[in-house]
Amino acid sequence: MATPDTASAAPSLLDRLTGANLQQYVVYVGFIAIFIFFAVVLRDSGFLTQRNLVNIILQTAPVTIMAIGLVFALSAGEIDLSIGSTVAVSALCAAMAMAAMPQVALPVGIAAGLGAGLAVGFVNGALVAWLRLPSFLVTLATMGLIAGVARSLTQLRSIPVTDPMFTGIFGSGAVFGIPSLVIWTIAAIAIGHFAFRQTRFGAHVLATGDNARAAMVTGIKVPRIRLAVFLISGAMAGLAGLLYSGRLQAAKYTLGETDLMTVIAAVIVGGTLLNGGKGSIIGALVGSLMMGMLNNGLILMGLSVSDQMIVRGLIILVAVAVSLRETAR
Amino acid sequence: MNQPVLALNNIRKSFGGVVAIEDFSLTVHPGEIVALVGDNGAGKSTLIKIISGVHAPTSGSIVIEGESVAMSSATKAREHGIEVVYQDLALADQQSVYMNLFLGRELTRGPFGQLDRNTMVAETQRLVDELDVRIPSPHAAIRDLSGGQRQGIAIARATRWAKKLILLDEPTAALGVAETARVENIVASLKARNIGVLIISHSLDQVFRLSDRICVLRRGKQIGIRKTAETDKNEIVSMITGLEAA
Repeated sequence: MATPDTASAAPSLLDRLTGANLQQYVVYVGFIAIFIFFAVVLRDSGFLTQRNLVNIILQTAPVTIMAIGLVFALSAGEIDLSIGSTVAVSALCAAMAMAAMPQVALPVGIAAGLGAGLAVGFVNGALVAWLRLPSFLVTLATMGLIAGVARSLTQLRSIPVTDPMFTGIFGSGAVFGIPSLVIWTIAAIAIGHFAFRQTRFGAHVLATGDNARAAMVTGIKVPRIRLAVFLISGAMAGLAGLLYSGRLQAAKYTLGETDLMTVIAAVIVGGTLLNGGKGSIIGALVGSLMMGMLNNGLILMGLSVSDQMIVRGLIILVAVAVSLRETAR
Repeated sequence: MNQPVLALNNIRKSFGGVVAIEDFSLTVHPGEIVALVGDNGAGKSTLIKIISGVHAPTSGSIVIEGESVAMSSATKAREHGIEVVYQDLALADQQSVYMNLFLGRELTRGPFGQLDRNTMVAETQRLVDELDVRIPSPHAAIRDLSGGQRQGIAIARATRWAKKLILLDEPTAALGVAETARVENIVASLKARNIGVLIISHSLDQVFRLSDRICVLRRGKQIGIRKTAETDKNEIVSMITGLEAA
């Protein structure tokens, strides 16, 4: 048996335990703390009713789905700022395709929505993987570009989504009493977590984000990994677009517009590093639910929209600062 | 000994008009440690890159166990059983020791290709015990390890995968005295595994402690090869600098 090398200048065991624990579990502690706070303060305002709690999950579903994609992108050392506008363009493409071909609405809607997301992901990924442009700048540019496309597609009009199959599967439907949005969330989290934690692909994503040179010399096809994370990110934004348009029974250029900050906050609070090499899908789920709960609670508390924005911004700031404390040293 | 694991025959490398290596020949046998020494800019790094497949030689041949090979990439070199321990170690800091040992070559099981963490952890533990690399646990993150431990892990990884030859590029440049001694013990133990080792080092003391033969390079020219037991530091220094020993 090897014994620990006590002569080395490694941090003490206590240091490591508390440091790692704090960062790893801050999202769970924060989640429970906020939950208890609202449960007490809002006990007469219906926060704890089953309907309200289910509502939080339903409203959070698109953000959770986008967060999965962002965990992959950040873990690979990249960032995707274009997910918010990709949501809108995917929803609009799906709605327009369904309006054009109402007989086969469901398949063309899914294909158009996911296809739009994948197309954006491919453009982002190709520019980053092969031209080695920084993803921050690439996706900052495509974010604006796609937001413009979303506006020009429909001259700012909203497009109704009426196909009952589509709105059932991506919106108001339920299987055995479980709302479809909950099923989507669980399925995406389960598959995402498996791919991230249990497969070679997930390991290669982490290695690429951690030390791209090391990944390359050990035979990992780094450009392919970079392209793949943007395809995942784009597809997840596309799925989020389908979920929004299914639930609201309409698509508009404003969908997903304000989600980017929420998604980034959820992912970072959930223990994913901003500069790669470390991430958590489950953490992103809890982070996303925490953001949803915060939204819901602040509304129930009767805060004005402007006050909500200020309080939410402050809480995200604190949460991100605490979760980054460990890695910043 | 039997046939060499690596034979370089009349290797020449030029970048445009600049000749980096001219007419270099060297053999490394199984279980042999050969040191490559020379001043900065003598061409050691270029030579390492040629053997590890990063650069193709302009002319000359690389023969591995009697088979002439064309190495177009680092991947090809690995397929031929050559592993490199780079000066920067090429470890992923946030990841665990066992994931680094299997980086890019992770073991999987089951129909969905799940990572076989148990086997990887067990094999890592066995390997670090054998090589006497003292780490807290295969689950420890690389960033929590000391410089010597990291170097040990990088060598352990090369040992795990190398079938024929390990290239060590300045393995102890960043280490203290005690850690250098540990790493040297690990390198010496590679002889027993019948793997050829080519080591680049600036420390002549180290070269004399570890190597069987010493190959001296100066300004891209091969000055000579000496058996370590039959030479001394003065001779090697004069070969490196080009000045006659007093």
